[in-house]
Amino acid sequence: MSSEHMLGAVASGRPHRTTPPPSAPPRTTSPRSTPWRQRAEIAFFVTPALALMALFIAWPVLSAVRFSVYDWNGLGPLDDFVGFANYADVLKDDVFTDAVIHNLVIVVGSIIVQLPLGVALALLLNRRMAGQGLLRTLIFVPYVLAEVIAGVIWFQLLQPDYGLIDAIMGGIGLTPPDEGWLGTPEVTLWVVLAVLTWKYLGLAVLLFLAGLQSVPEELYEAAQLDGASWFQTQWRVSIPLLGPTIRTWCFLSMIGSIQCFDMIWVLTGGGPADATTTMATYLVDEGTNRHNYGIAGAASVVLFAIAFVMALAYQLVVLRRDTKEEA
Amino acid sequence: MSEVSLKPRRRNGSTNIVVYLVALVAVALTVGPVLYGALGGFRTNGQIAERPTALPDPWVVDNYAGVLSGAPFWTYALNSTVIAVITTVVTVVFGVMAAYPLARYRFRGREALFMVFVLGLLFPAAVAVIPLFILISRDLGLGNTWWGVALPQAAFSLPLTVVILRPFLMALPRELEEAALIDGASRIGLFWRIILPLSTPGLVTVAVLAFVTSWNAYILPLLLLQGEMRTLPLGVADFSTEHSADTAGVLAFTTIAMIPALVLFLALQRRIVSGLQGAVKG
Repeated sequence: MSSEHMLGAVASGRPHRTTPPPSAPPRTTSPRSTPWRQRAEIAFFVTPALALMALFIAWPVLSAVRFSVYDWNGLGPLDDFVGFANYADVLKDDVFTDAVIHNLVIVVGSIIVQLPLGVALALLLNRRMAGQGLLRTLIFVPYVLAEVIAGVIWFQLLQPDYGLIDAIMGGIGLTPPDEGWLGTPEVTLWVVLAVLTWKYLGLAVLLFLAGLQSVPEELYEAAQLDGASWFQTQWRVSIPLLGPTIRTWCFLSMIGSIQCFDMIWVLTGGGPADATTTMATYLVDEGTNRHNYGIAGAASVVLFAIAFVMALAYQLVVLRRDTKEEA
Repeated sequence: MSEVSLKPRRRNGSTNIVVYLVALVAVALTVGPVLYGALGGFRTNGQIAERPTALPDPWVVDNYAGVLSGAPFWTYALNSTVIAVITTVVTVVFGVMAAYPLARYRFRGREALFMVFVLGLLFPAAVAVIPLFILISRDLGLGNTWWGVALPQAAFSLPLTVVILRPFLMALPRELEEAALIDGASRIGLFWRIILPLSTPGLVTVAVLAFVTSWNAYILPLLLLQGEMRTLPLGVADFSTEHSADTAGVLAFTTIAMIPALVLFLALQRRIVSGLQGAVKG
């Protein structure tokens, strides 16, 4: 997931925040080149990328859709057509419906926790202070780590007997849960959410800091002349101007949360008692461990449909404002 | 209200102590676990079990030495490096090639073609992972090979690469190109001799992103690679499961595995961020 977050950083900004820049009108090619020649050139440049994406993105996605209407264990021909039976099975499976809920908890929880924290830290680090560059860099460290590596470290930190977290809690007189942080169904999802927050807060801070760079200095000077306090300035000037960046970040965060896999696979494997299963861990488990490729396909399609509807709704309801504002 | 007292200090550089305190706490919380892992690697399992919160006493280098002298670590590191290099080269070469006509040619369907790349961003790898596994291991016979992981990873990195590079190429001055065309350069010669050298900063940004993404990847290598072919993240996860009792060893292994991506990313952080800002602004 680590990359997908960064992925969207730009991507999501692109379609809605910028109409094709008028400053760079597409240039005509040299007078010599004839249309067929130009077409050949375009094809030459674009084909390798398109071919790779067709083979490794489009084809597998379509295959997932195809598998979803067959009962198939991966061996033999794909001939046991079952229509929407796999979808019915997936949607009736409590493990899957719980997985959807877990994904939504992660979506909402990530935004509720990381947004205020991220904005506060970005505003703080945007002040001139000694060691500013170092602070910004250090806050970004967890984001750079592989989720797997972060997961393994946290797995050790959260161990019941010798883990750092329990030791610290013991030190200040608190009692950790009996079955351990990763073994108690009621708390484990929240623990995962906390670890994800730790991992991705740095990205939020980084993007918000980048957004703050575009606030014109004059606005701060004007606010200062008007006698505004630091808090008033942030509340009235910085935060409103951070709006588009915040909305873009929320989009990225949602898309990342809906695909959540690596961290959970390493920390809990979806357990205890499926308490942290997500749609992605569900479909990988069905596909690789149980060889229910039809079920895995149906789960993929549902996952994509949820992600797509969410992206579309967000685009229409929230991000439209940005397009309008800039228009 | 505290406004009055805060007002004169604002933006004068004399940040008050509370701000430093909050910043320090935030940094301690973010870096603490990583540091704990690195320090834990210098302890023995006995030390960790006895006093989980203590510093190493005495400092032990056996864990790190053990990891670095063992064959599996270097095998995993080699696999990760080769796969990340292939992914990066394919992503950057194909990506800049695709971005070039999208940025600097005028033709019908250009925006539609660009939308294909933008749409590519919307497909989560998780959706395609099972069919991808079947395609690569069965149909293409590339299961358990470097290329079998690198090519699909490049495919998934391409949409972002094109989306970042396009505005970058659009911003290059047009005059150079026109001059070269008048001098009789071909489009492809132009791409090679003028566009590529000028777009180096953008290429660095996308290259680092592709490299780190590939280096950190888990789900696809997990399904496609076994045994000797596994990459570092898989190695870390395996090692952690197999040596669950050897906490210090696991922490040492994990710490060493995170160093390359950290060093690379932190060294080039400024360039990456400015590249991304350029792309976001369009």
